[in-house]
Amino acid sequence: MSDTVHADDEEGPVTSDQLRLIGTPFRRVDGRAKVTGQTRFADDLSFPRMVHMKLVRSTVPHAKIVSIDTSKASAMPGVVGLLTGDSMPDPFGILPVSQDEHALCIDKVRFVGDPVVAVAALTEDQAHEAALAVEVEYQSLETIATVEEAIATPEPRIHEYGDEGNLHKKLSMEFGDVDAGFEEADQIFEDVMYFEGNTHLPMEQHATVALTEETDRITVYSSTQTPHYLHRSLAKVLGLPAARIRVIACPNGGGFGGKSDPFNHEICAAKMALALGRPVKICLTREEVFYCHRGRHPVLMKIRTGVKKDGTLTAQHLQTALDGGAYGSYGVASTYYTGALQTVTYDLPKYRFESIRAFTNKAPCGPKRGHGTPQPRFAFEVHLDKIAHQLGIDPAALRMQQLVKPDSITSNWLKVGSMGLGKCIEAVVEGSGWHQRHGKMPEGRGLGLACGSYLSGAGLPIYWNHMPQSGVQLKLDRSGGVALFCGETEIGQGSDSVIAAITAEILGIDLKDIRLCVADTDLTPVDLGSYSSRVTLMAGNAAIEAAERARTLVARGAARKLDVPARELVFADGRVFHGENPDHGISFQEAVVEAESRFGTLGTTGSYTPPRSPGRYRGAGVGPSPAYSYSAAVVEAEVDRETGIYRIEHVWMAHDVGKCINPAMVMGQIEGSVYMGLGEAMMEEQVYRRLPKKRSDALVHKHPSMLEYKSLTFAEMPPVTSYIIEDPDPNGPFGAKEVGQGPLLPMMPAVANAIFDAVGVRIDQVPIAPHMVKQAIEAKEKGKPGRFGPKSFPEIDFGVPLLVPTPAEGGDGKAINIEDAGVRDGTGTMTERKDAVKGDN
Amino acid sequence: MSQQSTTRTLRVNGEPQQVAFAVHHSLLEVLREELGLTGTKHGCELGECGTCTVLIDGKPVLSCLELAAECEGRSIETVEGMMQGNELHPLQSCFADLGAAQCGYCTPGILLAAQALLAENDSPTRDQIVEALSGNLCRCTGYHKILEAIEWAAAQLRGDDQYQPPDSAIYGDPLPGKQAADV
Repeated sequence: MSDTVHADDEEGPVTSDQLRLIGTPFRRVDGRAKVTGQTRFADDLSFPRMVHMKLVRSTVPHAKIVSIDTSKASAMPGVVGLLTGDSMPDPFGILPVSQDEHALCIDKVRFVGDPVVAVAALTEDQAHEAALAVEVEYQSLETIATVEEAIATPEPRIHEYGDEGNLHKKLSMEFGDVDAGFEEADQIFEDVMYFEGNTHLPMEQHATVALTEETDRITVYSSTQTPHYLHRSLAKVLGLPAARIRVIACPNGGGFGGKSDPFNHEICAAKMALALGRPVKICLTREEVFYCHRGRHPVLMKIRTGVKKDGTLTAQHLQTALDGGAYGSYGVASTYYTGALQTVTYDLPKYRFESIRAFTNKAPCGPKRGHGTPQPRFAFEVHLDKIAHQLGIDPAALRMQQLVKPDSITSNWLKVGSMGLGKCIEAVVEGSGWHQRHGKMPEGRGLGLACGSYLSGAGLPIYWNHMPQSGVQLKLDRSGGVALFCGETEIGQGSDSVIAAITAEILGIDLKDIRLCVADTDLTPVDLGSYSSRVTLMAGNAAIEAAERARTLVARGAARKLDVPARELVFADGRVFHGENPDHGISFQEAVVEAESRFGTLGTTGSYTPPRSPGRYRGAGVGPSPAYSYSAAVVEAEVDRETGIYRIEHVWMAHDVGKCINPAMVMGQIEGSVYMGLGEAMMEEQVYRRLPKKRSDALVHKHPSMLEYKSLTFAEMPPVTSYIIEDPDPNGPFGAKEVGQGPLLPMMPAVANAIFDAVGVRIDQVPIAPHMVKQAIEAKEKGKPGRFGPKSFPEIDFGVPLLVPTPAEGGDGKAINIEDAGVRDGTGTMTERKDAVKGDN
Repeated sequence: MSQQSTTRTLRVNGEPQQVAFAVHHSLLEVLREELGLTGTKHGCELGECGTCTVLIDGKPVLSCLELAAECEGRSIETVEGMMQGNELHPLQSCFADLGAAQCGYCTPGILLAAQALLAENDSPTRDQIVEALSGNLCRCTGYHKILEAIEWAAAQLRGDDQYQPPDSAIYGDPLPGKQAADV
């Protein structure tokens, strides 16, 4: 048909002269469903003939499985199905380099909570009863509780892979001549710090419903942040073509990173449904959610920084030791992340980073809000506060004088775009009355300042490929309605609203005229998932591309009708009109009719792939992002010297979000991050204890319940003054950067720094319990160092460092001492990389 | 465990419902599984998080701790009963407009706890709202938007049309040295 054109054939229409929706506080597109109870979370689904599944979980932390006896369980009332690990021999795991999980354990168990048997029955009660009747005999193995124990106990290995003994990952990298950097310094500061593990605690317990349609075709509904990665794991373990597996991510009742891994219960539900030919549901108990974990790694850190008299940083050497728990999860990436983002806030001309991740017999750690970066950020920001204090420099000034410049490349080869940290610091300093009050308040009252930065999406996908990381498809028809298809997953952060608003803005239509279909691997273009704060930037850019193409098509239809060149048309307020004569126009719906008449069925696509990062060394894949967000916080604390009990009186938080898509939603993310950061600073901890020898010596979660896992309630949440800073980034949609994770980062160090300002003692670990403050105060009163925290960092052989000259040294982004280091990161294998880049120039 | 069943008439959102259920089941289970009212959520099923809050005779109750068999003859209200026709209850619209519901999972329970508070006190102070809701956990919002939404809804319910939530709740606080109007 001669009339057929491609959207890109001709210059498109101009956009409306001003933004009408972007930047306004519109009601979320899912707002009504969420306040009426109509949002369908995974556990809200039910289907005819649906059965219920329970997992039998290990009661011992490390053991060989001697035998499994399901005979009693299978004879229980209502039991319809039982699965053991031998039915699913293929391993899985979120990262290609750590495929170390099985849907059900086969030979051994690695932590209390590791799933061994799946039982399905007609009712949930019956499944529960049957699960209790399964008998598993274990032969206990030595257990490892800490990084130090993992170093001292190379055998028996928790896993048969990993860099050494029970060390999953070891890495050492050096950017620039670090020794020379330390020689330039007038003084070298050193601290050892500890960040305890904690967990996401989403309000929604994980749930999955699986149902078959054909003998070899299955649909899996799940509370997952990453339907695409779950899809891949299901295909691998079930041995089915991916095209016959449909994963639908239901809206998540909170994620925070805790629903980013493919999980045992998801795969077991699918396997059970395939075995039974009927729908299978599993909803985890709250206790089981604590065992799924994948939360914040406990990290011990040693930070050494060379500093000139004027406060200029000359070099830093950071060592981190991560307690990974029993499986790989995202751990290799987490390990890199405990060092990667140290360089994006303040100029750090030379930087050495060494790290290990140990396997231990505890629930696996993984990505929690901030993924691997809050721990070293805590260390760095408290360390800077100490440096400022010792040098007699104001902590805010110390930071302001060496901010990373916008549009620069850091010593570890991260490309920074827009950089609004200076404005953030200025806002919280002014707002809190920092200069008038810091160091000058009555004993017991203090202010603490800290900053942070986070990714707006990881630069690379979890597995090597050259396909887009996000895709959007639009369908338009004569109704005037627009259907938007995107694989992104709504986990509460508002991603549905962001992509809908971007599309509505460009097409100049009402949000209500957009129908969303998201997170369905059968129907929606791939989006990698709701992790690494990637959705606004990546799905947002894909939506822009799809919407602009749609606008071009519709404009060409309208142009003929209006007898105005397409490029002079404006789309706004549900109309398409001549920019110079707004009265000369037609409705959007009429314009779509014109376009559909001319071109036939209307549809467009958009996709997004991040720009390539300049780093070309092994490990350079972790850290790059299309844009970095920045945050600064001041915290005011009131500390009781007698008891060590402290209260947070006020928080000032400024966050550089690039550009607000919806300020009310941005505010929600800022306040939610402040809340969660305060929880980590003050009370949240996922910790374990050993049962007495006579009671199995097992390593058990200390408090797998919401009552005992302390988190802030309404009563503890302090007032928050929030400043939204907009420093648009050219890579962001309308300039937008992330806000979901970044504002959490400054909270923990700001609390520690405020306690120092209040009572003059340093608490070098989080969460900060009152007894720590009290002990430090008492120590100081006795003339000892007023400090509570870890005493030393273990001696570790990190191996030969990868030597990477910095941009300032004339480097090219590659390592100079290791052959074929290439651009491998922690998340892929060389083979995969080579396969993926074949034919790539 | 006994699977003995019972049949009762429960009055839910003003409508009588004859329902059969296992005698040991909680009101939460019966609402969700027998009556299909999945608007009531659960976060722990141990009475720790407040997510499953419903109203019984106007009082907020944790439905995971309440035996359904003991609810006969009492008035049960769930989030599904809050709308007035096709219109949102002011609490619902204020929550939606301010972003007081992010993931929305704790929202039904918090809405009902707030409704019970406002039925007793049409002008609660911030401290009174905090106290009334201190048994409800939320992991997304940091609680501020919820407090602001309840204050806004309270104003609407008592007919105070002049009340508006503070601009700072939506646009952030004005940058130091600038007036709110500049932002």
